[in-house]
Amino acid sequence: MRPARAHPLWLAFVLHRVSGIALALFLPLHFWVLSLALTRPETLNQFLSFAEQPVVKLAEFGLVFLLAVHAFGGLRLMALEWLPWSVPQKTLAAGAVGVAVLISGTFFLQVV
Amino acid sequence: MNGSDAMLEVSVWRGTTSGGAYQDFEVPAYENQTILDVVSWIQHYADASLTYRFACRVGMCGSCAMMVNDQPRWTCRTHVKKVLKGRKLKVAPLRNLPVIKDLAADMDPFFDKWVAAGGAHQPSASRTEPIPPVDPQDPIRVEASAGIECINCSICYAACDTVAGNSDYLGPAALQRAWTLLNDAKHDAKDKILDAVSGSGGCHNCHSMGSCTAFCPNDLDPMSAIAGLKRATTRRFLRGGR
Repeated sequence: MRPARAHPLWLAFVLHRVSGIALALFLPLHFWVLSLALTRPETLNQFLSFAEQPVVKLAEFGLVFLLAVHAFGGLRLMALEWLPWSVPQKTLAAGAVGVAVLISGTFFLQVV
Repeated sequence: MNGSDAMLEVSVWRGTTSGGAYQDFEVPAYENQTILDVVSWIQHYADASLTYRFACRVGMCGSCAMMVNDQPRWTCRTHVKKVLKGRKLKVAPLRNLPVIKDLAADMDPFFDKWVAAGGAHQPSASRTEPIPPVDPQDPIRVEASAGIECINCSICYAACDTVAGNSDYLGPAALQRAWTLLNDAKHDAKDKILDAVSGSGGCHNCHSMGSCTAFCPNDLDPMSAIAGLKRATTRRFLRGGR
């Protein structure tokens, strides 16, 4: 027996969990690659040139997506549980943060 | 559609917790028909041994909830047309509860947890004292009023994946009841509530999946009530309580 789970809050819960697990699996690998700078610099160089391939860039996009989803998912959860606001108030606050990120992000991209 | 030609294909769970299987029935389709009507038709005309539970038929008593096409629903207020997949219907007893027989779930764990969460009313004054005034507009009273229309149907309890994963978890209905009493000016023993809901099966098990709020037939919001308990228990902990 399996109740329908295709509602936004349940999907947000799953996305938060799955992105958390994926990031936890990524981190040891990440630290191991960084450690190559000390132990085997030539292997690291090989890896870095391998990482220039488009498919790895695509994977990096996935990684940043996971990070963003997990970070904002966590903020969402804390707002949901710790701020006794009404639903319209939370929607407005999330919208304001979204617009602020968009404007400041655009500014930042123009600067760099 | 009228009664003579169109038929529904209805799979109904027959059995108990220890075992059973789905049994198929052909039930005449009508223009106006609830899931409870379908189940009643089977019991009246196809198999009198089918066991199920209902009382008021108007969404007041909370006894007729079942799993309909894998979703928990109050069957007396759920129209067949709303949930029909082709001509098929699947009706089963509520999830997360033991099954007495067929469609009748054993509600004991649900009500035991209602009491375990501090859900029994403890008056703050005796009958000889004056009745304390209650202002319906008071923000704390508004919090309490938000949860008092619960009909104990256990749909939220059946929808909750946290209950499915942890049988000790008190569940959305019991915790919402606790939040209601915590905000009730006429309720004594508020510390007892906070003790009851901060234990191992308490409000901090909740993952805010929101299935309780999504499925509540009375449009209540147990998830936000549980969030209120999380804040109240944490505030007490930070102030040096338990």
